[in-house]
Amino acid sequence: MKVVILGAGISGHTAISFLAKHLSRKHEIIVVSPSKYYQWIPSNIWVGVGRMKVDQVRFKLAKLYEKWGVQFKQAKAVSIHPEGNDKIRTGYVSVEYTSENKKGISENVEYDFLVNATGPKLDFAATPGLGPDMHTLSVCTFSHAAQTWEELQKCIKLMQEGRKQRILIGTGHPTATCQGAAFEYMLNIVFELKLRGLYHLAEITWISNEYEMGDFGMGGAFIRRGGYTISTREFSESILAENHVRWIKRAGIYKVEHGKAFYETLNGEYKTVDFDFAMLLPSFSGQDIKAFDSIGRDINAKLFSPTGCMRVDADYTERPFEEWTVKDWPETYQNPLYKNIYAIGIAFAPPHSISKPRKSPNGTSIYATPIRTGMPSGVIGKIVGQNISEIIKYGTSGHKHKANMGRMGASCILSAGYSMRKGLGATMTVCPIVPDWERFPEWGRDINMTVGEIGLAGHWIKLFLHYMFMYKAKGHPFWWLIPE
Amino acid sequence: MKDDKDISAFRGEFYPPLPTKTTMFFRTNLLYQLYRFFMLNYKIMRIVIKGHS
Ligand SMILES: Cc1cc2nc3c(=O)[nH]c(=O)nc-3n(C[C@H](O)[C@H](O)[C@H](O)COP(=O)(O)OP(=O)(O)OC[C@H]3O[C@@H](n4cnc5c(N)ncnc54)[C@H](O)[C@@H]3O)c2cc1C
Repeated sequence: MKVVILGAGISGHTAISFLAKHLSRKHEIIVVSPSKYYQWIPSNIWVGVGRMKVDQVRFKLAKLYEKWGVQFKQAKAVSIHPEGNDKIRTGYVSVEYTSENKKGISENVEYDFLVNATGPKLDFAATPGLGPDMHTLSVCTFSHAAQTWEELQKCIKLMQEGRKQRILIGTGHPTATCQGAAFEYMLNIVFELKLRGLYHLAEITWISNEYEMGDFGMGGAFIRRGGYTISTREFSESILAENHVRWIKRAGIYKVEHGKAFYETLNGEYKTVDFDFAMLLPSFSGQDIKAFDSIGRDINAKLFSPTGCMRVDADYTERPFEEWTVKDWPETYQNPLYKNIYAIGIAFAPPHSISKPRKSPNGTSIYATPIRTGMPSGVIGKIVGQNISEIIKYGTSGHKHKANMGRMGASCILSAGYSMRKGLGATMTVCPIVPDWERFPEWGRDINMTVGEIGLAGHWIKLFLHYMFMYKAKGHPFWWLIPE
Repeated sequence: MKDDKDISAFRGEFYPPLPTKTTMFFRTNLLYQLYRFFMLNYKIMRIVIKGHS
């Protein structure tokens, strides 16, 4: 049997590792990914403040895959043909090589099982003027983060010369997500500037499409603190207030020019904010992969959602927010139309958002779209890898392993300063990720499993996780004992 | 009347709860943070185990 995995990121690499562990070498595992590296994206934050070098957050995949008996094609998937064509009887993927020696060469890669783990397309173009090639910076990839650190150093230099700097951090699109990552980067800048005694020269502004601070694309959460049950709104606002960071919420950035971001507020006003340094996250969509049937007709709408993410076993029926339940969320990540195709991590289409969708009077959607962080992406990759292996090995048709974001929890540790003695981290855990108002009518989640606290321990955990997950990803001895 | 007088308690950012000196102290107190390190890891592991079931 031939299993093809598109994407060697957090989700895809986990699926690959379990497929390689469980399947004998008589089966073929083929990985298609445009970069020769695996990157541990969460630590890009530290690259962006000069605390880690690029080579600490990435490693080359080819050698590891050779050891695992996995074929690696450094290429990007261009189109999926689930029904094959008149010459190729099985499903296949058209890929285009990105490696230096084969750049631009196309190939059809046949499969018996296909796993789409292509993650998010960083859609900077959705906001004119946004992105590292235009007027703002990013920490979404290691190269973006390295560029951002270069720019931050220039900013620091100007402050050292006594010049005030306006720093803008947040979301660069009205429906962007991953606010936690931007928040983390902002806290690291605060820490670094305080450490250098330059904080009085920085005017930091947080800008976000969240309805309330602390929404983080998961509709916010409730936590127990100091004898009260409080929302993550208080938790996040407290962090900003403590650090004298100004915040703008319910803001959808629609355009950026040199030193100026233009945004619309949820109440329909058009405003601007000036900056000297801006790190704004782009909108995430599915990759530009096309789908065709056996006679070459476009079947994109059947395979993908309008955002380009792949349809799986979720309930995509359009319903009002009040009628959404955790049962809408997928658990096997199998495509309903083509049963040998799966989509994992950010590549699967969520049935709806987790935060309440909202529109401005001008009709602009301004809200945080659903997060899929590293932990669920890893767990989903693992269960899909295990299920496919078992189907191949034992000929079973069902899926023994399931992962539903309405049952699964997630921990998110936001670094707030890199130092073993003085560093800080904000530890947040929620369970489940998608609130289940039937099981937990009061808070939507298990309040005893939900944590939100700041301290040095958070930094230690984040650093420990970095080394632990790099160890696991590199397939060192007993890697499978390390949970996702 | 000087209407731009900056009274800190009236500033938007002063409505959220702010940490006291004691809270700040415990955030980087080695002994307390060592204890929190194990407690938080325990809580995270509970979530991880639940997520894998
Ligand atoms: C700055 C930042 C910090 C973060 N911090 C945290 C954190 O602290 N904790 C946490 O839990 N989560 C964090 N996240 C989220 C986490 O990184 C994502 O949840 C996770 O990477 C999603 O995994 P994935 O496999 O779906 O996508 P990715 O990890 O992005 O992997 C996608 C893969 O697909 C490949 N690919 C792209 N296009 C194609 C194509 N056409 N064909 C084939 N392959 C393709 C890519 O090269 C890549 O290898 C952070 C995200 C960012 C941006």
